[in-house]
Amino acid sequence: MASAVAVRGKEEAGRRERRRIGAKGNFAAAMAVRDVDVDVAAIYPITPQVQIAEKITEYVANGELDAEVVPVEGEHSAMSVVVAAAATGARVFTATSSQGLEYMHEMLYIASGLRQPVVMALATRALSAPINIWNDYSDAFGMRDTGWIMIFSENVQEVYDNIIQAYRIAEHPDVLLPVVVTLDGYILSHTVEPLEPLGREEALRFAPKHPRGYRPVLDPDKPMTFGPVGVPAWYHEIKYQQVRAMRESRRVIEETGKLFGKLYGRSYGFIEEYRMDDAEVAMVSLGATASLVKAAVDRLRREGVKAGMVKIRVLRPFPVDELVKALENVEAVGTLNRAISYGGAFEDPLFMEVAASLASRGILKPMASFIHGMGGRDIFVREVMEMYKKLMEHAKAGRSARRTYFWGVKGHNPDDDQKD
Amino acid sequence: MTESTEPQGVERYLGKKYPRTWDEVPIAGIVPWPGNTEELPKHSWRTIRPVIDQEKCIRCRMCWVYCPDSAIVEVDKEYTNKKGRTFKVSYEVNYDHCKGCGICAFECPVNAIQMVPEER
Amino acid sequence: MPRVEIRFHGRGGQGAVTAAEVLAEAAIDEGKYAMAFPEYGAERRGAPVLAFTRIDEKPIYEREPILEPDIVVVLDSSLEPHIYMKGLKPSGLAVVNTVKTPEQLAEYIRNHGLNPPRCIATVNATEIATKHLGAPIVNTSMLGALVRASGVVKLDSIMEAVKDRFSDRPHIIEPNLRAIKEAYESTEVACL
Repeated sequence: MASAVAVRGKEEAGRRERRRIGAKGNFAAAMAVRDVDVDVAAIYPITPQVQIAEKITEYVANGELDAEVVPVEGEHSAMSVVVAAAATGARVFTATSSQGLEYMHEMLYIASGLRQPVVMALATRALSAPINIWNDYSDAFGMRDTGWIMIFSENVQEVYDNIIQAYRIAEHPDVLLPVVVTLDGYILSHTVEPLEPLGREEALRFAPKHPRGYRPVLDPDKPMTFGPVGVPAWYHEIKYQQVRAMRESRRVIEETGKLFGKLYGRSYGFIEEYRMDDAEVAMVSLGATASLVKAAVDRLRREGVKAGMVKIRVLRPFPVDELVKALENVEAVGTLNRAISYGGAFEDPLFMEVAASLASRGILKPMASFIHGMGGRDIFVREVMEMYKKLMEHAKAGRSARRTYFWGVKGHNPDDDQKD
Repeated sequence: MTESTEPQGVERYLGKKYPRTWDEVPIAGIVPWPGNTEELPKHSWRTIRPVIDQEKCIRCRMCWVYCPDSAIVEVDKEYTNKKGRTFKVSYEVNYDHCKGCGICAFECPVNAIQMVPEER
Repeated sequence: MPRVEIRFHGRGGQGAVTAAEVLAEAAIDEGKYAMAFPEYGAERRGAPVLAFTRIDEKPIYEREPILEPDIVVVLDSSLEPHIYMKGLKPSGLAVVNTVKTPEQLAEYIRNHGLNPPRCIATVNATEIATKHLGAPIVNTSMLGALVRASGVVKLDSIMEAVKDRFSDRPHIIEPNLRAIKEAYESTEVACL
C-alpha cells in the first residue's frame, strides 16, 4: 500500500489533512466526491449509506465543496435529478442501498440508455422481505443487466480509489456510461480502516472535468431533444450502440486502473489474483468478502494446501478473458457469493458467469458454487476454509457440484444440496 | 464547473439525419436538430380538414388557444364583414401542421369552423 | 508487534463504538494497519453494545467478529463477568471501569466461577469522566486506561486522534484530554 502521494498540508475547516488517516467507507466515498468536485448531488438517505449523504451536505455547508445538493423525496427522484443534471453537462453523484436501489430501478435504465455518466455509490444491503439492513449483494446483482459499469470495492481505500476512477471512466468520450461503485454495507460503510486520500488537486488531475459540450448536453442556446421515442426501426440499433460502449469501456477501465497504479502506487485491474502462481484450487469472490477468502488462503497455505483466490473487481463488463487466464491452470474452481438467483441454473449468479466464461473458451474442470452470508450473516474464515476443502473433494473426484452449496444454514448439511 | 470553450468533437455523437446503419444513429437516439418535425409531411394524417368562415368568425382566438399542434395562425389580414365591422387580424389554418382533430371546430363559439372531408 | 484484537463492551450512549474507532485511528496515525467496527444492529441508548478493533503491522483481511480477543475493555461496571470474559484469551488483559482494585476484581471474577485473565487493569472511569466532562461518558477515559495497561498505541497518538475526532466540537477536546490523562495515571494494573 506504499503510495507516492505527496502530503498536501492544508488547513481545511480546522481539520488536519494527513497523508494517511482512519476513515469509514461512507466517509471515504464522500471524500472522493468532494475531491473530484462534483457539481450536483441528489441522495435520498437509506441505511447503511446515510453518512455519505450527511457528509456531502456537511462539505457543502462548510464550503469545502461547491455543489448543488438537491433534497429529493425518494430514490426514483434522486436518480432522475442526477440524470437530468448530467444531461446539462454537470458532474453528478448519488448513493443508495437495497430498497432504495430497487425504487430507482427503472431510472437505472434511463441513465444508461441516455448515456449519462452518472456515478453512484451502492452500500450493498439485503433486500426485503423480511426486512434486513445488513450486508449482502442481492441489490448489486439485481442491477447487473441495467447497462451500468459495476465496480466492487474490497476495502475502504478501494472505495475512495474506485470512485475517483469511476468519474474518469464514466465521462470518457469513448464510454459515456453510468458507473456504480459498491461498498459492503457496514462491513465497509461503517468500518474504520486506513485511507490515503489523493486530495482535491490530485483527484482533479486524475479525473479532470471535460469542457462542457464535449458530449451532447441540454443547452437552451443549442437545443436538442433527449429521450424521444425509440421506434422499432431504430431502438435495436441504439441498444447495440450501448453494447459497443460497454465493450469499449474495457479498454478505458484497464488504462484508468494502470494509470492510477503508475501515479499513486495502487494498481487496479478487472480482477485481482491472490497467491494464484502455483494454486491448485481457486475461489472466485468479490467485494469485502474477498478479504475473508484471502485470510482463508493464507491459513490453508500454512497447512500446505495450494489455495488461491481471484477477486472480481469489475462485474460489468465481465472480465471473461482475464478470468479464464487466471483460472486455466488450476484443478478446480469455486465461487463464493452473497446473492441468490432463485431457480437459476445455479442459484449463485456469479457462478453462472464464471462457468460460462470458462465453457465459452473450451475449458471444463470441476467447479462448485457456494452461497453464504445472506442478510449480514457473518462468514468466518474457518468456514471459507471448509469450502476450500469441499472444493478439493470435487477436484479429487473430477466432478463438478450439481447445485449451489448453501453454507451456514442452521439444520442444513450443504451436501444435501447435491441430492436429487 | 469548467466552462465550455468550444465543443471538442461533439459531432461524433450526433450521427446522421437520415441514418442507414447503427453507428449513424445519434447517441441514445437524441434529436440534435430541433424543430425538424417541420420537415415531415403531416397533412396525410388528416381525413377531414377545418375550414374557417371569415364572415362568421368573431376573432375570439379560441381556436388558436385550443389547437394542440399550433396549426391555427394569426395573420395580419384586415377583414370587413357584411355588417361593416372591421377586424385587424384573421385566423387561418396551416394545413402542413393540421392533423384534422376537429378541436377547433368543437371549441368555436359561433360555429365558424366546418370540418370537411379531405378530397384526394 | 503481533496482531492485537480488542473487544469493547459498553451500553448505548457510553461511546464504545467511538472508543474502538479512535483507537484504530490512533494506530493508523502511527503507521499501523487497523480496523474498527461495531456489532451492527439497531443501536439504542442503554442496550449492551459491542465494538471491535484489530491492530496489526500487516494488512488485515479477517473481516469477522472477534470471538477470542486479546484484550477486553469494559466501559460499564454493571456488565456481568460472564459477558465480557467470553472467549478472552487466558493470556489476555481485561481493562474494566470499576471501583475495585485488580485483585478485588480477580476475586469477583472467580466468585462467578470464571478464571481471571493473566492481566487485569481497573480504573474508576465513571468518576473521572463525570469530573471532567460532567457526564459519565467513559469512552475516552477507558482509552487512557487501555493505553496504560497495554501500550498498544502511544498516549500521544490517542490524544491526537481525540483532537481530530472532536475537531467539530472544540469545547469538548480539553476536558476529554484531561480525562484520558487522569485515567492513564490512576489505572492500576496487576498481572499474575
